[in-house]
Amino acid sequence: MSYAPYAVAAWICVVGLYGIVTSRNLIHLGVCLTVTQSSTYVLLLAVGYVHNGGPPIFTGVPPGTRAVDPVVQALTLTDIVVSVTVLALILALALDVHRHAGTIDPDEIAELHG
Amino acid sequence: MSWLLPLLVAVPLLGAALTAATDHVLPRHVKDLIGIAAAGTTCAFGILVMLRSEQGDVVHWFGGWHPHGGVALGIDFVADPLSAALAALVGGIVLVALVFSWAYLEEAALLFDTLMLVCCAAMCGFALSGDLFNMFVWLELMGVAAYALTGFEVKEIGPLQGAVNFAIVNGIGGYLIVIGIALAYARTGALNLAQIGVTLTTGGGRGLVVVAMTLVVCGFLCKAAVVPFHLWLADAYAVAPAPVCAVFAAVMTDIGLLGVARVYWTVFSHPFAAHAPAVGDVLLALGIATALLGGVMAFLQRHLKRMLAYSVTCHIGIMLAGIGLLVPAGLAGTADLLLAHALLVAGLFLATGVLLALLRSVDELQLYGKGRRVRWLAALWFGAALGLAGPPYVGVWAGHALIDEAASGRPWIPPLLWIAGALASASLLRAGVRVFLGRGAERDPLLSPEMREQPPGRGTRLAILAPATAVTVVLGLLVSVVPGLTQRTEEAAARFSDRAAYASLVLRGAAAPHTAPLPFALEPTSLESVLYGIGAVLLAAALAAFGLRRPQLGGIPLLVAPARAVKAVHSGVIGDYVMWLTVGTAVIGGIWAVALR
Repeated sequence: MSYAPYAVAAWICVVGLYGIVTSRNLIHLGVCLTVTQSSTYVLLLAVGYVHNGGPPIFTGVPPGTRAVDPVVQALTLTDIVVSVTVLALILALALDVHRHAGTIDPDEIAELHG
Repeated sequence: MSWLLPLLVAVPLLGAALTAATDHVLPRHVKDLIGIAAAGTTCAFGILVMLRSEQGDVVHWFGGWHPHGGVALGIDFVADPLSAALAALVGGIVLVALVFSWAYLEEAALLFDTLMLVCCAAMCGFALSGDLFNMFVWLELMGVAAYALTGFEVKEIGPLQGAVNFAIVNGIGGYLIVIGIALAYARTGALNLAQIGVTLTTGGGRGLVVVAMTLVVCGFLCKAAVVPFHLWLADAYAVAPAPVCAVFAAVMTDIGLLGVARVYWTVFSHPFAAHAPAVGDVLLALGIATALLGGVMAFLQRHLKRMLAYSVTCHIGIMLAGIGLLVPAGLAGTADLLLAHALLVAGLFLATGVLLALLRSVDELQLYGKGRRVRWLAALWFGAALGLAGPPYVGVWAGHALIDEAASGRPWIPPLLWIAGALASASLLRAGVRVFLGRGAERDPLLSPEMREQPPGRGTRLAILAPATAVTVVLGLLVSVVPGLTQRTEEAAARFSDRAAYASLVLRGAAAPHTAPLPFALEPTSLESVLYGIGAVLLAAALAAFGLRRPQLGGIPLLVAPARAVKAVHSGVIGDYVMWLTVGTAVIGGIWAVALR
């Protein structure tokens, strides 16, 4: 099994975090959050990958056929649903921020501090 | 009895669905009553489950997917006394908050009851879940409802900033947990906590397990707002409406601590048994740092809700230190402290709601002397503030005393925790003196001005607000004198931290040996804890007096410069928060990678 998928997952995660830290735009920030999240999909799918395994559909195939792990695919789907909810909320908040402050730069709305 | 467990989640979720479906049809009072009934039922069921689980943990397998031959494929809820008590507390606090908001929030807020009930259900689900991935899902469900509740007052920019910071930090925390779960699954092929724990008793892959533990624990610590992941908390809790804050501060933050304790004792305690002090000491150090920093930051606030938010951070630190001792007595102390703190801090947040309704502000200096005529509120405020310091047999004292007992080998720990609690308490006492007695300096340039909060409409009904606040505070003050509570939490904590018994119960259905019924009596206490309690109250009073006089004493450069520096770190900018989060995770992981080899 190659280490490449794990390296890709780590890279995506770090790139996303870098984007979040340096972001000056809430929409961009939400997208970066999704990028970080994408690393978890890659990681989950890599964990469940079986060399030469088919899709985990077991109707019409002989028992014992090699297949990739269906559990991680279910986890990935759940993960996507969860993250979409969070992203939708952040985008809605970004809209409200724009309506009230006329900007979507997170540094400019830092009214609370200290 | 195990059929009651899913109802703890199903009842509030059904209530949420009902209030959402009838949002435009039913009048507001009917919807509020549905919400109150659902939360009350959850609380009652939680208490029933707690009483039942005293004789042995209750396990429920969804859809009848019981484990076969010690292998679990299904998804389970496990109720032990501590988690059931937390679910009951969640129901109770949400109940009080809904009753309070019924009389407090004038306009029918869109889906307010729905969001509160979803949050309630998710917290109960998290407390009972026996499956690592389900814990993550409940955590995110709770988070989404909570972000919406924070940014719900969209007349100003403050709540939006609070909600954005809250959502992003906790979102990233959630991703850390997922990555950790994926790694744990890669190593064990299991998601059930007991199953992962059993699989990890054999085989290698130690490095992978260290990384998995770091990520899962750091993710939970984001939710629990532990240094350096705590920066979002004050932004979010300062801006949400008072009853929402009461729920957040009382139970939602603590859920993260339950997560840490749960995954440590069911999953990671065995592989790192030989290095347990290295795991515990990191948690202990984080706890003490959080407690002290939270106390200091509370002392530097004038916005009462922000001050309370930092006092929550402070007590979360004390609780984490109790867990970090990694002995049942420490965990029991944390549980007792959690209960007393939840009630007291919920009462204090509700009190700020009353202040906002009556006096149109939550700013310590703006309210100077204006609270003189509200005597009952003053009594509750001072009572709760003192209860958080923990004078003997009052408020958080019993929890502190148990943690003292657990830390007996290391006598330097208890004083630090008591001092931190005294700092938080001192800031609340100082604010109380200014607001309700009108004494002390009227200005203090060191306390930063904060944004104003829109007061609720004139239609608030004090006849409901006052009893709701009073009941919460009084119950919180009485926690330390409940007969038999200490023995029961100690017994429950011993069971909570017994990995082998948990695994054989969940995977093989082996019931734990029946224990003799525990007495209903107050446990004899050590003289030290009594002295610490008295000392904490005296220190809190002295610090409060210092805080009131400080501006006249002139700037003490030795104190002012560090205070400004600490405040500057809490910049309110999300990029900084995420930077701290990333660095914190890397440092914790680095320490464990070296220490746990």
